[in-house]
Amino acid sequence: MNIDINFLGILIGAIMASSVPLILAASGELITERSGVLNLGVEGMMIIGAISGFAIMVITDNLFLAIIGSMLSGLLLSFIFGFLTQSLLTNHVATGLALTIFGIGLSAMIGKDFVGIPGKEFPLLFVNLKEVIPLFGPIFFGHSIVFYFAFLLPFGTNYFLKKTKIGLIVRAVGDSPVSAANQGINVLLVRYCCILYGGAMCGLGGAYLSLIYTPQWIENMTAGRGWIALALVVFATWSPLKVLVGAIIFGGITILQLHMQAIGIRIPVQFLSALPYIMTIVVLVIISRDSRKIKLNTPTSLGQIFYKEK
Amino acid sequence: MIKIERRDETSNLIYFLTPVLAIFLTLVAGAIIFYLLGFKPSEALKFFFITPISDLYGLSELLVKATPLCLIAIGLSFCFKSNNWNIGAEGQLTFGGIVGGGVALLFYNHEGFYVLPLIILAGAIGGMIFAMIPAILKIYFNTNEILVSLMLVYVSKLLLDYLVVGPWSNPEGFNFPETRQFSDSARLPILFDGLRIHAGIFIALVSVFLAWVVLFKTYLGFQIKVSGLSLKTAKYAGFKGKTMILLVFMVSGACAGLAGVGEITGPIGQLHRMISPEYGFTAIIVAFLGRLNPIGIVFASLIVALTYLGAETAQIFLQVPKYTGQVFQGMILFFLLASDFLLFFRIKFLRFKKYEY
Repeated sequence: MNIDINFLGILIGAIMASSVPLILAASGELITERSGVLNLGVEGMMIIGAISGFAIMVITDNLFLAIIGSMLSGLLLSFIFGFLTQSLLTNHVATGLALTIFGIGLSAMIGKDFVGIPGKEFPLLFVNLKEVIPLFGPIFFGHSIVFYFAFLLPFGTNYFLKKTKIGLIVRAVGDSPVSAANQGINVLLVRYCCILYGGAMCGLGGAYLSLIYTPQWIENMTAGRGWIALALVVFATWSPLKVLVGAIIFGGITILQLHMQAIGIRIPVQFLSALPYIMTIVVLVIISRDSRKIKLNTPTSLGQIFYKEK
Repeated sequence: MIKIERRDETSNLIYFLTPVLAIFLTLVAGAIIFYLLGFKPSEALKFFFITPISDLYGLSELLVKATPLCLIAIGLSFCFKSNNWNIGAEGQLTFGGIVGGGVALLFYNHEGFYVLPLIILAGAIGGMIFAMIPAILKIYFNTNEILVSLMLVYVSKLLLDYLVVGPWSNPEGFNFPETRQFSDSARLPILFDGLRIHAGIFIALVSVFLAWVVLFKTYLGFQIKVSGLSLKTAKYAGFKGKTMILLVFMVSGACAGLAGVGEITGPIGQLHRMISPEYGFTAIIVAFLGRLNPIGIVFASLIVALTYLGAETAQIFLQVPKYTGQVFQGMILFFLLASDFLLFFRIKFLRFKKYEY
């Protein structure tokens, strides 16, 4: 019986670990969207984060630099998006798509010399506690620092948006950039900051994949997680804590799917692999059906171009 | 002092010249990237953009790649013009390929003039039905069409994977993930011996013509245009918004489905895992580069097709990954969107006034 409980613990731990990149990217994108900017480049920023983190790790042999570098590279890529959409007033949807296509291409170009190199072991925290405490041990202990950061992030984000003055400014800019500007708020500055922050979090989410989750570089290794993160923000109706719930559900589907394959349940692999994507659609339908609920939380100016006549 | 001013009106000349500017800037940025990666920029660009089309075979390959891009982009232009963001054309292409390929496999040992038209029709309907999913969900449940159409790309690719590995795999194929070869009458005719250019190009050209007629000469085209410019105006004018959403998605899905059957009955000749090198995503860039204009899209599809060929040549001669093409595709769109700034704004250099004493 003891073994079963431990297995359950390991299973839940694995589910939580697989939801980490989704939580990071979705929390970052949530802040960006709250300021009224729709950045569809999440997938591109994640994959660039993944390769630059891995490349820096291989070159410098320093995991700390790798993590910082991945965030900086995500930030740099999001700066392109910010400059185009905010300063040159381009269409958010088209620019975001270009960012994703560009990011996937550039990551493969940079990554061609890093294919097949084994990753480095990432230090895990509280490993000894993992064995001692049944059930909760494997769930909460023996994970990387990024894991703990990711699970604290939604709470921090929630506090930031609801309780701090800057959070209020971000929401004001997202809901009505014109009135915010009239109040003397520098809308462009706020939006730039939110875009860059989103980029950094996406970069970190990508690095989690290439440095910790499956420590190696594979072309296109984010495999649509960026898009699921985008869907998660809608799923959460722009509320940070629901991002956490959504990410765990999606992480759960991914892990369960792997286990079902392992136990040999007679469903073709491809149908199980398609489950997270189909679930995303189902969930989006359920969430979006109530248009009032969606409107209540959607940043009013989301995706709209803001131009102030000077 | 530099001052930025909104233009009162935009000139048509700039409207069609900015794509040229964008291509030029992409080449410059590409040269810089190649330089940073340690290649000789002039040589790398030559391998990328000139070598691939310096012989007849290369030109034929250019048209082979431009055909699906042009078809899909034509369909997408209907969606984008009316502010419907269908970015799942890759999925509609795949599903069209699956349905068309299914019909082709039914007739694998039949010959007859009716086989090919049936396959093409099946493919178009397949793509159309697949595109109706995000449209119907958008209409009835207010669901975000960007995310739904994109999620369906993954679903369709996994379905194709399942079919070619499982029930549809070639019984004499030694478990390779591919179906039987289609019969000869299920194949689009090749236009010139020794080249791969096929009759699919005529399907693309007809669709260009039809799109031009619909967009510029019919009431429907007018409705699409108005809805894109202002949804409120469209509502005020009494246009049926929901019907139009469904319609533009159907057109776009059918075009993507046609591109899918064009590939499997043209250059490929069977179903396997990779029936499209992401044509569906790249076509989004083609649609924008062509300014959502049918004639513009023809030129844009040729240019973007060149990035595919260039990436293949560069892969052979410079050992860069074939994804390099996507870097160029992304950059083209970046620069195009950026140069649109010049369309709506003008930069004025103000002189300080000199005071006369």
